[in-house]
Amino acid sequence: MGDMKLSFKVNGKGVEISPPPGSVLADVLREDLGLTGTKVGCREGECGACTVLLDGVPVNSCLLPARKVAGREVTTIEGLEKQDGTLDRLQQSFMDAGASQCGFCTPGMILTAKALLDKNPNPDEGEIRHALSGVLCRCTGYRKVMQAVLELGRRGESGS
Amino acid sequence: MERKFSELHWTGKVEVEEYLTPSSLAEALEMLNRFRGQARIIAGGTDVVPQLRKGDYSPKALVDITGLTGLSDIETEGNRITLGGLVTHAQVANSPLIQEKARLLSDGCAQVGSPQIRNVATVAGNLVSGQPAADASIPLLALDASVTIVSANGERTVPLCAFFLDVGRTVLDPAREILTRIEFSALGENQGCCYQRLAKRKALTLPMLVCAVKVAVDPLRGTFVDTALALGPVAPIPFRERRAEDFLRGKSISPKVIQDAAAEASAYCSPRDSILRGSCDYRQEMVKVYVRRGLERSLEQAGYTLD
Repeated sequence: MGDMKLSFKVNGKGVEISPPPGSVLADVLREDLGLTGTKVGCREGECGACTVLLDGVPVNSCLLPARKVAGREVTTIEGLEKQDGTLDRLQQSFMDAGASQCGFCTPGMILTAKALLDKNPNPDEGEIRHALSGVLCRCTGYRKVMQAVLELGRRGESGS
Repeated sequence: MERKFSELHWTGKVEVEEYLTPSSLAEALEMLNRFRGQARIIAGGTDVVPQLRKGDYSPKALVDITGLTGLSDIETEGNRITLGGLVTHAQVANSPLIQEKARLLSDGCAQVGSPQIRNVATVAGNLVSGQPAADASIPLLALDASVTIVSANGERTVPLCAFFLDVGRTVLDPAREILTRIEFSALGENQGCCYQRLAKRKALTLPMLVCAVKVAVDPLRGTFVDTALALGPVAPIPFRERRAEDFLRGKSISPKVIQDAAAEASAYCSPRDSILRGSCDYRQEMVKVYVRRGLERSLEQAGYTLD
């Protein structure tokens, strides 16, 4: 039964593939769909680099059997950019703050931050720390990540 | 020892012949039955997937029960609280009901892994994995929880204190049985509780020590009516420290009695020396500190002031 079809939405577009029954979402995204913005660090759920949004909720795609996303909506880092090539405000804010060193954790950082801001447009530092606690940065560049997200919250508050 | 790149666990793929998604409990049980022990239940998958990668077990099929209806709710009737088998750690951590009526459990669930893990990992899975450091198991032990286990042969209810057998092993056979329900009593008047965790970081780390405490006091007499002390990972399974509990029963509440109970609890813990989790001596000492603090904070929560 390995050829069972799997249909779901990635970044707003419907896809249909037939991955092996034991495959995980991270591998399907990277290898079958060419969405290599999703990074795989530890494959144990300890680093959060592989974080994607499943129906808007952050999950570790390296631990998620691909079959679980049937009929659901997955958002990867590639899905944040707008059609005309404009970056998402979070991507822009990370760039402005210089909130990226080697960049490997950045997709996970941005997606968890997006899930937070979608629920809570103006989080305080504690709330940001809590929301981002599942993504490790081995360059230890947390300070500027915090700045990037805090800054966006403040901007959101002033309505610009 | 040097290992070949290809032998590193993270390159491992999960090899199963079938990934089944039943929509009812009966269908799930029928699938397990059909594979005669060669299938395994998967829910959140955050423990099962890494274990499959490491080759801890290699079933022919995975039976994913997350599509089953009626198992995803936190319910309450009278003073009893029930968690369906698919309730996640995030659900419990954010539940106003659990925060009010069993704070030690919502606090424990808030500590598991990371937000990403808590969003999918089930509390039932935390029990079934049978790890001595399980952050949800230890408070549930202190709550005298019981679990309902369903198989093709019927249903049975097991008190959690009789559920854990050894590291990674419980009375439940995940190739034949499903944990459908966790049940416990809400905290009432003159009761208090406390969950404490000793770990190197605040997220993404296993604990060196977890201590869950529940007390019931008689405020007029100033005595301990009943106490529950659950500890992990200081033995192969999470466990209740019955000696210290018995010691406290009926005793007048005082700093001295609390200190003595803490010493009693620590005397019977035998944690391993561990590079990751600290030495035996250190953790025994910390058991003393955490039991004392746990009792003090639980008393405070029960509305009892220590003079």
